[in-house]
Parts: sequence; C-alpha cells; structure tokens
Amino acid sequence: MLKNKENQPSMSFLDLFQKGDIATKLSFVIMGAANFANRQILKGLIFLVSEAGFFYWLFRSGLHSLGMLSTLGIRAQGLVYNKKLGIRVLQKGDNSMLLLLFAIVAILVCILFVYLYIVNLRSARHLYELKAAGKPLPGMRKDVRSLLDERFHVTLMTVPLLGILFFTILPLLYMISIAFTNYDHNHLPPKNLFGWVGFRNFGNILTGKMSGTFFPVLGWTLIWAVLATVTCFFFGILLALLINTKGVRFKPMWRTIFVVTMAVPQFVSLLIMRNLLNSSGPLNTLMINWGWIDKPIPFLTDPMLARVTVILVNMWIGIPATMLVSTGILQNLPQDQMEAARIDGANAVQVFRHITFPQILFVMMPSLIQQFVGNINNFNVIFLLTGGGPTNSNFYGAGSTDLLVTWLYSLTVNTLDYNLASVIGILIFILSAVFSLMAYTRTNSFKEA
Amino acid sequence: MHNIQREYKVGLPIAYIVLIVLSVLWLFPIFWIVLTSFRGEGGAFVPYIIPKTFVLDNYKTLLFNTSGNYPFVRWFWNTLFVAAISCVLSTFITIGMAYSLSRLRFKFRKPFLKTALVLNMFPGFMSMIAIYYILKALNLTESLLALILVYASGAALGFYIAKGFFDTIPMELDESAMIDGANKWDVFTKITLPLSKPIIVYTALMAFMGPWMDFLFAKVILGDKVEKYTVAIGLYTMMTKNTANSLFVAFTAGCVLIAIPITLVFIFMQRFYVEGITSGSVKG
Repeated sequence: MLKNKENQPSMSFLDLFQKGDIATKLSFVIMGAANFANRQILKGLIFLVSEAGFFYWLFRSGLHSLGMLSTLGIRAQGLVYNKKLGIRVLQKGDNSMLLLLFAIVAILVCILFVYLYIVNLRSARHLYELKAAGKPLPGMRKDVRSLLDERFHVTLMTVPLLGILFFTILPLLYMISIAFTNYDHNHLPPKNLFGWVGFRNFGNILTGKMSGTFFPVLGWTLIWAVLATVTCFFFGILLALLINTKGVRFKPMWRTIFVVTMAVPQFVSLLIMRNLLNSSGPLNTLMINWGWIDKPIPFLTDPMLARVTVILVNMWIGIPATMLVSTGILQNLPQDQMEAARIDGANAVQVFRHITFPQILFVMMPSLIQQFVGNINNFNVIFLLTGGGPTNSNFYGAGSTDLLVTWLYSLTVNTLDYNLASVIGILIFILSAVFSLMAYTRTNSFKEA
Repeated sequence: MHNIQREYKVGLPIAYIVLIVLSVLWLFPIFWIVLTSFRGEGGAFVPYIIPKTFVLDNYKTLLFNTSGNYPFVRWFWNTLFVAAISCVLSTFITIGMAYSLSRLRFKFRKPFLKTALVLNMFPGFMSMIAIYYILKALNLTESLLALILVYASGAALGFYIAKGFFDTIPMELDESAMIDGANKWDVFTKITLPLSKPIIVYTALMAFMGPWMDFLFAKVILGDKVEKYTVAIGLYTMMTKNTANSLFVAFTAGCVLIAIPITLVFIFMQRFYVEGITSGSVKG
C-alpha cells in the first residue's frame, strides 16, 4: 500500500468532488458522510460530532472572540450614566487580557477544525480510491488495530501534542502578542483597556528609554553565560582527571563527596549560600574572628563583588555535574594513544592538552553549547542568591546581577510591565536560538532526523 | 618507564592535598547547615560555627508545626504527591515522544523535530502568566492538579536526550522482529523498552526531581494557598517573610530533611544519570 501511494499521487479534492458518489460529495458539507455510507460508523461519528461541536461553539462565542481581536475591547470599566435609572452605574467593561487569550484560542480551534476537515476529506478520498481499485474497505477493527502498527505514532503522540498546544504554543502566542500591545502598569485590565501599539515596545527597548537598562543587562548576561559555562566545564574536567589519577585511592568516595552538592536541591543549597555569605553570616564572622579581615566583605551587596560571587557559587554547583559526565567519557576514551604519548616522553600536562582535552571537547561540544544557552536562562542561581541585587539606580527595575531572564521576571512581578517583559522574552529567544542552532546542527540526533 | 614512575611519586601527595581542600570547600556549607539545624540558640546568625547546645527542637518545631503557618509535613506530602504522579505521566510522555520521533517514520516527523527545537528556546516562564490564566479559565489555579498538568505537558518537549538514546539502538533489531510478524506495539514493548532501562530510569529520576526543585511555576500557580505549597516554595517563603530571623533554625532543619532523601536517591541513581547524559545527548 505504501508503494502504491508513492507511485500514483492521490487525486485532488476537486476531482474527488466531481467524480465521487453522493456520500463522497456530501462529505464536503457534512463531515463523515462517506464514512457512514461505508459502515465506518465510529469514524463518521467522530467527524460529525466534532463538526457539530465546532459550529455550536463558533456561533455561541467563537465569532465574538475573533471579532474582538482587532480592538481588544472597547468598553472600559467605570461609571456610565444610565438613562432609565437616572444615575451613573458601574459598567463591567471588557477585559483586554482575556479577550486576547480567547481570540488566540479561537484561532487555534479554527486551525484544528480545518485540519480535521482535511482529514475527513482524505478519509473520503481513501475510501473512494479503495472502492475504485476494488479493494476491501477497512472495518472499525482494522482501523483500531492500525493504531498499534502503521499509525502507532498517533497513539503515542496525540496526548503530548495536545499538551504542547495548550501549555506551550498557546501561552507563547499569547505572550508574543503582548509584546505588540501597551499592556503595562498604566494599562491593567479590567480597570483599563490595552490595545495594539505595533513595534513601539521594541523601539523603546533597543533605542529608547529602556536601552540604558537593556544593553548593560545583556552584556552582563553574555559575560555571565561565557564565564559560568567555561569555568564549570574546565574545572569539572580537571577535577575528574584529578580523581582519575592513577594511584589515588577511594575514587568512588571522592566522587560521592562532590556529587552530594549536586544532589542537594538548588533552592536549598543556594539559600544556604546566601545566608553563608551574608555580611553578618558565618563566613564573615569566621574571618573576622581569625583576624583575617577588619570588617565584613560585602559578598552580595557590592555590585562588582556580587558578580564574582555569583560566578564562584555557580562553580560550586556546576563543577560536580561536569565532573560526573566527563568521568563517564574519560573511562570510555581509548587508552592506547595516551600510553603511546607517555612512552614517547610526554608529561601529564602535554597528554592532557593534546590528547585528552580535545577528545573530551569534541564529545561534549553540543552539550557545552546547550549549557551556555542554559546559563543565559539560568534563573535559579541569580534569583535565589542575590535576587538580582544589589539594586542599581541607573537601571529600570533591574539590579547589578540581574540577567535578562530575572529582569523579565521582575518586570512581570514587580513593575507589571508585561509588554516590556514579552519583548525581553522574544529577544532572549533570538539570542538562545542562534546558539542552540549551532549546537543542534552538530549533534547526531539532529543530523539523523 | 622511570620517568612515569617519578611523575606519580611527585603528583600523588599534591593530588591528595588538592582533593582534601576541595572536599572541605564543597562540604562546608552542607556541614554548616546540618550543624545549624541542631543548634539550640535561635536566630539567623551566631558568631561561631559549632553550636553551643545541640537540640532536636528545630525539627520538632517544623514537624509539629507549632508556629501554625508553616505546615511542613503537609508541604512534604504535597510535593511527594505531585512528584510521584508527574513522574509517571512525564516518563510515559517523554518515552512515547522520543520513541515515536526516533524509531517511527511519519510525515510530520522532521518538521516537528525542528518546531520542538524552536519551542524549547523560549525562556520557560515567559509563558507563565498565560498559563496562569489558562488554568484559571479551567478553574484549576491553586491546585496540585494544575502543577501536575504543567509538569506533564512540559515533558512532551523534553524528549531530545531520550531520543538520542533510542537512536543508538540498532534498527536491525526492529526489522528482524517485524519480519517475524511483530507489529510496532510489540517491537516497542518487547524489544525497545527492555533495552532502555538507563534512559527510562534517567527520565523518571529527572521527572521526579523536577517538582522538588521547581518553585517558579509552583509559586505562580499556587499563589497564596499556603496549605497547597510544595516544599520548595514553602521553605522559600519561610526565609522571605519577616519571620526569617526567628524561623532560620527551623528552616535549616527543613533543608536537611529534604536534602537527605533526594541526595540518597541521587547518589543511588547517578550511574543512570551518567549513562543517560552520555549515551543520549553527547554521542558526537
């Protein structure tokens, strides 16, 4: 059957309409008609019910939702004069936010319906072609069984795909749309409406008032991502090598010591670190008691020092992870090259520089770029350790250690500038996309696709 | 040969010294938190590391919820509930997606792989607010079910590592089984799954740990409903309110109680972690 499909392309739907019998023609208006006529009752019923449901929804609320998309609401909440009563009464008003959300849902539902409609026509065409070729028609039993064989992917993927549609794609479309509105702390529905403003927010961030915050934060985000990735990677490998040194005993014990810190939940270890490094925390107290310093070191409250601290603490968290993975790789590296190099008189540093390190780098390159992208979006370390602080009076809603992601967070939670937050989100996406594409085009799992 | 031997004689003591120094650095915070959790003297900071008195009161305060507003035991069960269910669901979803995209051939496979890549690049919580309103429209906010829904649906896009693993299983196995009359369901359940233990354990482990670690989504979705909190947000709020000073020792006790089981599970499972990562994403 597969070959058949490849050899002769299926007829167009127009041909189908002209040549088909009444049931096939009826399928263009009443979904599932052809299936009913050919005793595929269950399939026909699914098509019919979804069509009925779609039109019921469309006239009940769908059209209204779609219509509101262009304005995002016109009636503001407030007091309106009511002629009948002769007084001003509270009008409920439109909620731009919900209108936008419903409109996007409506568009998605329409797309889903169009897809289903095409599936219905395809099914009718398939039946027509089977009949024309004089082949037996598949019954319900065979259809269901094909879900475990030729169409096994449908069985496995339908539910996850619905999850992606409603919990990833829908929210993303919504947030991307927000970037083109004036949904900020001055336009909070339901009290105030918001509307479309086009690319104004992008202009504001890239060249306008917000650029004074955006570019410094972007710069720090990139510096942070590079340093965080490189330090963890490099020292992680060194640590793995150190533990793997011939003659070091109790290797599993050493590994476990470092793995412990990796296993402790980040919200625990980072909150502990925050307390440990507090200006009246144990670390400062200890050093004062020992007479090393006179006054507490402002680990987390001095802008420059806070940045250094964040990177150091990130090493504490990240090095064990690299150590663990590169141990796995080290143990699988071919030993003969290293032996040969040693016999030729290369010392440990030379072997590492010219043989071990390049091989590990080659294997870990894709995951390294992934880590880099992960660090651009590393919310936990910054949020739990410094909360973005210390505050910087030159910045709008951001502190000295804020990354773009944590700035995005405070723009939504603290200053309620949803439109700016969405623009930042889109810019982060572009940033991540550039680096991720580099990574994925290098990995096997993508090439094989 | 002589050269190599000398190198080790010099190197070994240095290696031990470095390892010991690093171990102290790495374990000090953990050591401090464990000591503090038994500290008899209250308050956030005291000018010494080793407590003057050791007591179990901090654990009692936490477990019997004497202060009233911090039902730790409740949080613990909430998290366990969410973690267990979303672990099962996420594992099914991730493995199903990864298997389909690795072993089965269908029309939308390639476009979907590319779309999934793009979707994965958006910062996760950019959509947080929208998700909040979707859940609100479904009347699900401030419920644990909502959390499970979000975690499980998020699993649908986290299939890349598992897919990499399935890619490494030779296709000939499937083909010979199909020649013997197996359908794709049989191949999946009787051949691929039994061979995939490391990646299944890795996926389940990550899915189970997720809810213990996450507090961003949990915080937005659960709002102010303290009795529905998970451990992560619960402990976090203990430290951000004005009670931070008085609750600090109880907070450290909570940290110890949470960290110990997770650490044990992780140490026990680390073999699968390494196998999952190295065989999944890294094969160059």
